[in-house]
Amino acid sequence: MSLADRACVTGVGETAYVRGATRSAYELQFEAALAAVADAGLSPRDIDGVIPIGIVSAIAEDFIDNFGIPDLHFSAVIPHGGASPVMALQAAASMVASGICRHVLIAFGRNVSAASNKAGARIHAMPQFHYVTEFEHPLGNSAPAQIYAPMARRHMELYGTTVEHFGAVAVACREHAILNERAIMKKPMTLDDHRNSRMIADPFRLFDCSLESDGGAAVVVSAAEAGVDAPRPRVLIAGVATGHPDSPASITQRPDMTSLGLAKAAPRAFAMADVTPADIQVAEIYDCFTYAVIRQLEDMGFCNKGEGGPFVADGRLRLGGALPTNTHGGLLSQAHVWGVNHIVELVRQLRGEAGPAQVADAVLGLVTGYGDLGDGAIAIMRRG
Amino acid sequence: MSEPVSRPSPPENALSAPYWEGLYRGELRYQVCMQCGTARHYPRLLCSACYDNRARWQVASGRGSVHSWTVAHYAYHPGFANELPYTLVTVDLEEGLRALGRWYGDGLAIGMPVVARIEQRDGSPELGFEPR
Repeated sequence: MSLADRACVTGVGETAYVRGATRSAYELQFEAALAAVADAGLSPRDIDGVIPIGIVSAIAEDFIDNFGIPDLHFSAVIPHGGASPVMALQAAASMVASGICRHVLIAFGRNVSAASNKAGARIHAMPQFHYVTEFEHPLGNSAPAQIYAPMARRHMELYGTTVEHFGAVAVACREHAILNERAIMKKPMTLDDHRNSRMIADPFRLFDCSLESDGGAAVVVSAAEAGVDAPRPRVLIAGVATGHPDSPASITQRPDMTSLGLAKAAPRAFAMADVTPADIQVAEIYDCFTYAVIRQLEDMGFCNKGEGGPFVADGRLRLGGALPTNTHGGLLSQAHVWGVNHIVELVRQLRGEAGPAQVADAVLGLVTGYGDLGDGAIAIMRRG
Repeated sequence: MSEPVSRPSPPENALSAPYWEGLYRGELRYQVCMQCGTARHYPRLLCSACYDNRARWQVASGRGSVHSWTVAHYAYHPGFANELPYTLVTVDLEEGLRALGRWYGDGLAIGMPVVARIEQRDGSPELGFEPR
């Protein structure tokens, strides 16, 4: 049995995205969850499956209590960082396709503004990072920017990928954020601005790094037939897959440092959806760092290995380009909410609700997730 | 003036204690499966070739070549703030394993021959590499 077109997204919801939220991750998660449920035309007690996303926020029991859910059929926690939301689409689609659930809620919230919550500190409490914490953090390899940098450096040395290629990703995301009233970063950015931003972990400059921001975002995945009567246009999950890189908990030990879990997942998702990269009209690609977008485009087969740099140059990722990407501004310029915002944006694009950033006649698109040390996930969606 | 903050220490881990004991003595150690002889690093419970959990510890030559690197210009932990900038190098060891260490040298290039240099800092061993 294939999962193709067996599930759909019926609801999406977001809070405002800010830096320095006064409300807790828990409150933000519930606000987004209620918005997504309302968008789906449902009552909170219609939810019969829940996948909470995040490190310190509401758990399944909290949804049962606060929503008055009489009979929750399924819950799960997916511990793969920024890959978790798209991985959750796979789990939710499986649950509704098998008839175990009818409406699965995926809900995220975070408030990372406290210094003690920033990435360089919080990852060392996570078991996925145990090798980093034991063998690399004591040497000063502490945060994602530093841990991922050798992947980008090796790509640059082997394939000639340049600072301008990284900059093309950052500039495209910023241009899209400027169109988005829900985005945090509004100041125009040029390639020179990118190059002149301060070095953080060579080769990553400040503008290669995603934001640390607060907010909540949520998605409701329903059985395909339940989406027919939903208030918004139906967006089907045509293909979905997850994958893990070799040596998933240590980039240092990875046989091919320039390959991510997405390289294993993408062929399965494209086969399930029965489409090719050339068919994709809009892409929301997990952009924890600019390099990650270039790498994932290669891993998905949009171009050959090593050609991701030239592929993103010349405006290909901009609105009006051949592959409009991160049309909401992404983690780099809209907000970092683990890419749940990428799912929300893809759904809005395919509904025709993306406002000034709408890609004309978009009916087929994809969203990726990238988590921890390179875990990957992809969902290909279509209006239908 | 605030007190200087110490660097982070590795958490206690019985599985890898022989690694740290070796580093303290100036040795870069790795696991070798007692069943099939496959080498592995970082330390882990099972041999992924034969699933045996018994391993002996062998001392690496320390020789290898550069796989990649990064230069830290921002301290994500206050214990490193007074060391910026510093370079971390990923090394392909002769034994077919990888190691991450501090870099003692100038320019870097993929494939550049290097050798381990283990320093003791405030009583804690630190793996590094230098040109050879």
